[in-house]
Amino acid sequence: MAATKTGVDIAAAMITHPTAAADWLLVAPVLLCMVGGATTLILRKNVRIQPLVGISLLALLVLTNLGLFAHVWQNGVVTMVMGQWLPPFGIAFTADALGVTLALIASIVGLLAGIYAAGSIAASERRYGFYPFLFMLLCGVSGAFLTGDIFNLYVWFEVLLISSFGLLVLGNTTLQIDGALKYALLNLIGTTLFLIATGLLYGLLGTLNMADIALKSRALGDSGPLLGISALYFLAFAMKAAAFPVNFWLPASYHTPRIVVSALFAGLLTKVGVYALLRVLVLLLPAGHNWMHGLITVVAIVTMLTGVLGALAQADVRRTIGYLVISGIGSMLAGIAVGSEVALTGAIMYAVHSILAMTALFLIFGITGKDRGTFNLRELGGMYRRAPLLSAATLILLFAAVGLPPFSGFWPKVLLVDGALAAGQGWLAGTILLASILTAITVGRIWIFAFWRGGPEGIADGTQGVETGPEAMPLQVPFTAWLPLAVLIAMIFWLGLQPEGLMQLAETGAHTLLDPTAYVQSVFGVTP
Amino acid sequence: MNTVIFRTVAPFLTALMLLFSVFVLLRGHNEPGGGFIGGLIAVSAFAILGIACGVAAVRRALVMHPMSVAASGLLLAVASVLPSLFKSQAAMTSQWLEFTLFDTPIALSTPMFFDIGVYLVVVGAITSIALSLEERESD
Amino acid sequence: METILAITVGAFFAASIYLMLSRKLVRVLMGIAILGNAVNLLIFTSGRLLREVPPIIPAHAYVPEAITANPLPQALVLTAIVISFSFFAFFLVLGYRAYQELGTDDMLEMRVAEPVNEPEPPLGY
Repeated sequence: MAATKTGVDIAAAMITHPTAAADWLLVAPVLLCMVGGATTLILRKNVRIQPLVGISLLALLVLTNLGLFAHVWQNGVVTMVMGQWLPPFGIAFTADALGVTLALIASIVGLLAGIYAAGSIAASERRYGFYPFLFMLLCGVSGAFLTGDIFNLYVWFEVLLISSFGLLVLGNTTLQIDGALKYALLNLIGTTLFLIATGLLYGLLGTLNMADIALKSRALGDSGPLLGISALYFLAFAMKAAAFPVNFWLPASYHTPRIVVSALFAGLLTKVGVYALLRVLVLLLPAGHNWMHGLITVVAIVTMLTGVLGALAQADVRRTIGYLVISGIGSMLAGIAVGSEVALTGAIMYAVHSILAMTALFLIFGITGKDRGTFNLRELGGMYRRAPLLSAATLILLFAAVGLPPFSGFWPKVLLVDGALAAGQGWLAGTILLASILTAITVGRIWIFAFWRGGPEGIADGTQGVETGPEAMPLQVPFTAWLPLAVLIAMIFWLGLQPEGLMQLAETGAHTLLDPTAYVQSVFGVTP
Repeated sequence: MNTVIFRTVAPFLTALMLLFSVFVLLRGHNEPGGGFIGGLIAVSAFAILGIACGVAAVRRALVMHPMSVAASGLLLAVASVLPSLFKSQAAMTSQWLEFTLFDTPIALSTPMFFDIGVYLVVVGAITSIALSLEERESD
Repeated sequence: METILAITVGAFFAASIYLMLSRKLVRVLMGIAILGNAVNLLIFTSGRLLREVPPIIPAHAYVPEAITANPLPQALVLTAIVISFSFFAFFLVLGYRAYQELGTDDMLEMRVAEPVNEPEPPLGY
């Protein structure tokens, strides 16, 4: 205001040039989620209107993210610093190809989950706050993908964590409380480790802005404290991403909440951990990334194998899919371990594929589980005769999860194997392929037992199961269930047949991670 | 705890504490204080009223459900971020409205409204937790 | 001063990790509470220490007149305190509910979500 009076040079501390209105798209997803959360919270007693308002706001969120996506597509990395403060002082929001792609996919999954929930979540649980928690979860996820400040990333992690607690105990059964307790304790310890590492990093570099950290850590080189901080970050994010020795909270909790909540968690939560690993290890602390290369490789291999072996040993399909999520995390870690541009491209594409495929799988078994009242593979069966279209859709999803062409899981695996072989890591490439074969065995069994055979265990094969009664009726799939599934499967198909667009995006994202020039330039305006 | 003295004094104490919480909220603009701490003071006021006169009395006194208070605070906070959009500035840049009312210079600013939003969020969220805990004790 | 605080932080971490390794839920929750405080103290210390100069700009000036304490770690610690406070409140409620529902506070006996004798999946095709 009265700067001239005092002789203080405002331009040294604040941005003086005008901000383009398009840059506001950076904060729009977060603001919109807050508005959505508040509105649905006020409307929580009006169970008829609340889902409609929620779904339309979620649709608006997808459109906003599309707008941001187009903005980043045209102009490269974009930045807005809160309150006009010059970086690195203000909290920056920075969107690059990686962040904006994941934010877009996350909002689409959020919209589809919102639609599915309108038909599957009981009115009492809607009053208890499904939609407000969904919005706060998406707020945390979008904030985490779009922020350019590491402490702000921690805050978004906590936002999504506390809303995930709310979603997890929705329904308030003994099973859920048991699962939620383990989930909550281990995830809180994970984020606290993140906070410890951030405190130490601030003590070391004196900055929290990601672009500034990227510059200063590169200038510092291989210093001992930096490597220690990187190891702490790896442990913290590996916990969030469910990598091998610290992943037991996932199979303990993912089968306990409502199925649409499981679907959201399987799609989004672990991928936020992977995103943070990519952002922090590759972009911010490359010295630590190089130093831990061997460790990450071992963790990736063990995660892939234990994930898929765990999946083989489960009778509950929800737990099987939970273990498949873990196995997929192993594949993404393999990309991070190799660290070349091709491998990182593969890891980013795999993250997108995994978000879509794992959400869709949970939604499918939500339909069969609601119909049969069980998720046990021994008690499922006979679905093919009653719902051939749904069975075909499931087969597509399961093929996509294995990584067969022409579905979205194929190209990321090609890139990952290619990247691992180019880096001379034949073992890693071999493990990716071995894990795919074991996944094929797992999902083949799921499909044969739950869909193909005549009926549940005890009914002799070939007798076509029960001929009369509700068991023989065609399965009625409500509109709110098949629409999200159809959209997800269409995307999985499309990304398998036309992967060039996503590949180009992921490549840009990987390039920005490895070479931070564009990122730093966007934050500081000029090349420093 | 439920003595006559306490029951008689509690409403006055609550009123005083609420007034003080608003004072702390507005003082926070230039001096120590602010929305968060002001909100906590207001919550303790409601908690005292709840201990003395029962949770139902507090719910009646609040009129709105505490969660709706929190939600409206969130909306207010989001709204206070937006004005700088129309001046081509970055989000959360503070905007000032200065005018004179009855010979008193008044300066309104967006950070103040953001702080009021924070105050309402804290009041709403923590009051609903506190009230549900007090309810549990009685049954 | 830094040395003393560093030792304190270490002691806090040691105590919290010891408590969190316990099988009893209440001790684990205590450990979590101490862990939050340990981290706050750690952030506070890593922002460098300076005595008795609050980072408040006087009314007549636009910049601080002398070297003040670093306000950023204080802001970070305040955020972390708010978050850890709300999480601890949530954990208390969740732990109490778990004790009511499961009838035990021993982590090893909380096997509802993952039963001890889980049925095997169908073996073979």
